[in-house]
Amino acid sequence: MLDSSSPSVREDTLSALILKNAKVIGSKTAIREKDLGIWQSWSWSAVADEVKWLAGGLASKGYLRGNNLAIIGDNRPRLYWSFAAAQSIGGIPVPLYQDAIAEEMIHVFNDAEIEFAVVEDQEQVDKLLEIMPQCSKLRCIIYGDPRGMRHYDNPAVIAYEDVRALGRKFIEEQPDFLERELEKCHTDDVSVILYTSGTTSKPKGVCLTHRACIDVAKADMGFDGYSDDGEILSYLPMAWVGDHLFSYAQSIVTGYTVNCPESSETVMTDMREIGPTYYFAPPPVFENLLTQVTIRMEDASKLKKWLYKTFMAVAQKSGLDIIDGRAVSIKNRILYSLGNICIYAPLRNNLGMSRIKVAYTGGAAIGPDLYRFYRSIGINLKQLYGQTETLAYVCKQPNGEARLDSVGTPMPGVDIKVGDKGEILVKSPGLLKEYYKNPKATEESITGDGYFRTGDAGFIDQDGHLKIIDRAQDVGTLNDGTMFAPQFLENKLKFFPFIKEAVCFGDKRDAVCAFINIEMDAVGNWAERQGLGYSGYVDLASKPEVYELLQSCIEQVNQDLAREDTLSGSQIKRFLILHKELDADDDELTRTRKVRRDFVAEKYGVLVSALYDEAKECFIETQMKFEDGRTGIISANISISDAKTTQSNLELAA
Amino acid sequence: MNDTDRKLGPTILKVESISLAFGGVKALTNISFEVKQHEILAIIGPNGAGKSSMLNVINGVYHPNAGSITYKDNVRQQMKPYEAASQGIARTFQNIALFKGMSVLDNIMTGRTLKMNAGFLAQCLHMGPARNEEIEHRKKVEEIIDFLQIQSIRKTPVGRLPYGLQKRVELGRALAAEPELLLLDEPMAGMNIEEKEDMSRFILDVNDEFGTTIVLIEHDMGVVMDLSDRIVVLDYGKKIGDGTPTEIRNNKEVIDAYLGVSD
Repeated sequence: MLDSSSPSVREDTLSALILKNAKVIGSKTAIREKDLGIWQSWSWSAVADEVKWLAGGLASKGYLRGNNLAIIGDNRPRLYWSFAAAQSIGGIPVPLYQDAIAEEMIHVFNDAEIEFAVVEDQEQVDKLLEIMPQCSKLRCIIYGDPRGMRHYDNPAVIAYEDVRALGRKFIEEQPDFLERELEKCHTDDVSVILYTSGTTSKPKGVCLTHRACIDVAKADMGFDGYSDDGEILSYLPMAWVGDHLFSYAQSIVTGYTVNCPESSETVMTDMREIGPTYYFAPPPVFENLLTQVTIRMEDASKLKKWLYKTFMAVAQKSGLDIIDGRAVSIKNRILYSLGNICIYAPLRNNLGMSRIKVAYTGGAAIGPDLYRFYRSIGINLKQLYGQTETLAYVCKQPNGEARLDSVGTPMPGVDIKVGDKGEILVKSPGLLKEYYKNPKATEESITGDGYFRTGDAGFIDQDGHLKIIDRAQDVGTLNDGTMFAPQFLENKLKFFPFIKEAVCFGDKRDAVCAFINIEMDAVGNWAERQGLGYSGYVDLASKPEVYELLQSCIEQVNQDLAREDTLSGSQIKRFLILHKELDADDDELTRTRKVRRDFVAEKYGVLVSALYDEAKECFIETQMKFEDGRTGIISANISISDAKTTQSNLELAA
Repeated sequence: MNDTDRKLGPTILKVESISLAFGGVKALTNISFEVKQHEILAIIGPNGAGKSSMLNVINGVYHPNAGSITYKDNVRQQMKPYEAASQGIARTFQNIALFKGMSVLDNIMTGRTLKMNAGFLAQCLHMGPARNEEIEHRKKVEEIIDFLQIQSIRKTPVGRLPYGLQKRVELGRALAAEPELLLLDEPMAGMNIEEKEDMSRFILDVNDEFGTTIVLIEHDMGVVMDLSDRIVVLDYGKKIGDGTPTEIRNNKEVIDAYLGVSD
């Protein structure tokens, strides 16, 4: 039916796959949206019609093959159909973050030469009309929600419904229009351009192909057992690679149902109503959920509080072993299933996570407490690793191998190499075709033999798991050639409640040494319990007992490091406790509380050299700014302490 | 762009020589003004100027001692609040008057009471016509919830909501009656700037989308000047000014009375 000359349905582009779904599972629900309090559904055959009409409408408004189509708004079925409509007539959708600042939007609109845009509502239309004078090509803005749009008489602005009606007429006149257009689409054509949020430079357009989307979606489907009876909630920005893969490509390939929440504020309620089977959220979302649970438990009755506390302790003890399939004693198993009835199952239900088969997190490191909480109450939360340029397809944690400190094993078809400074190089079926109109950037980020430079430093451990440790540009080497990843070490140190900040040195030196800032509250509290008197921060920081306490923390980190061959050489040999807190007012931290390592090294040069020349003590005078703006000088005699290092497995074996 | 191309209709409400006294206290003395269809009219004045009394006279809570009210060409001196409501006048209150224990949805649903035709028995048994009617009402209520962007609190008991949201729910209940004339008694009292901006936006949207005529009492002069087409100023029960925001801003008598400056 698609084409009289080829008997079988093509399956090599996403738009063709929608037609295939309409034929094979046509009556199954493809997408839902909650509107006026009721979940409205569209079946795959309804979706195919919508896409066809919109494509016809775009074509009749003069949208041509090869044009880019900007898409801006919350997750809405009509916007997802706009992706498919553009693709099916050989156009390329370009989703944008709706909260992007005007300057960034103008850049993308001009870079991608956008003529047509589909947006959600008045807010977006206003924004586009505002930047229109600077975007010379933009000539048609299609809006979905008619609210407040009655008085707009700008000829560039048109309602989605009107375009759809135009398209219906257009398709009636040329019934074979879409088939002819689809025939011209190729699997290696670019299917979407996702702009990466450039923190240092202007956003670059990442061009991904139909083939990449389909291959990655299929491989993921095999890996996690996605099936067409699955449900997901799409609430993350459409311009983000994770949503494009999960809510768009994956749904088309697998046939599972996508659910669009009513508004961004109702996500929690909508999730409870839908009960998704697959779920993705960045760590802050999980953190937020846990905070809400904790707050609501504070208000619960005494009995409920007691039950919660008791059974969460049980979960902490045996929950992880149970979900990972390790041996657990009969008694603990019984306790856990009792807890499941009383606490874990109702809690999962309340979070809308009763039906979750797999939940993923990624994009940033997840805290150990969070990770343990969700897994121990029976939610299969795992980590993945990927970026826009690899269509989020590099590593995932297989079932039963979920670990806090790794991002999983390479996915089928992915090849990982470790390059200079420990940089991870990736070859993936999801690899970008190129950066849009930016051959220089393409050349810089893809090696001659076809590997993408991730910019992340990491290594593959003994079990084949990838561990990400730092940004490659921050990684240095010790004089003996050992890799030195300061941020990784500092993060490990900061996991201890006693340590507020840490600064590690070691690049082009013989060993790793560290500055430590104590966490006043935690250490002060500890000192009181020990019956240790102190007069203030400087005094507390210089106590030999505190030094001993921190030494044990550092030695624990060293033991951890010894287990990794790559990092065992970068154990911390000597450390000192700074007499003042590193402060953004003194330029020692950035405003987002990241250590400015080079500045600190220069400012405290005397201390750094003392660390490396066997001194036991060092005198320092530092200028500091008080909160009222005055500056003052504080001086201290800072003692320097050694820490024991642990032999690594390799050394033991030798 | 909304203000310029909006057309005002004929007079919908005409208040003529209204006087109201409680015993010896004269709340209103000889007040006259007109409200045109599709207009936003603000009534301002210092505390005790008789603003709320004026609203109460319009929707029939108080009966004036003298004068007449012409609403949609019907002249009357007295009217019961019930009759006012059934003729398309809805209002909100200075102190929120919602059912605290009921959900947002149910509260707004109460605004539909006058539109419900099915009998008591039919509603109890949830029979055919009553059922269809309820679905119709629920749809209307959901449209209002969508309009006021309160989807996330649809099922939350009103008593648990912050003040600004309660005000919004109250507006929703008034809208549920699909009024032609909406009386708002200090819709923005006690709100922060952001809530005031939201509420202003909703008032303009109601006026624009549903074509509702709005009479509002408000103290925040910035809001009043931005929102209203015309302003009526009361002081000690007397009208001392009536005109566009620009005219009012330059009216010496108003400045003296309202800002308390006098030479």
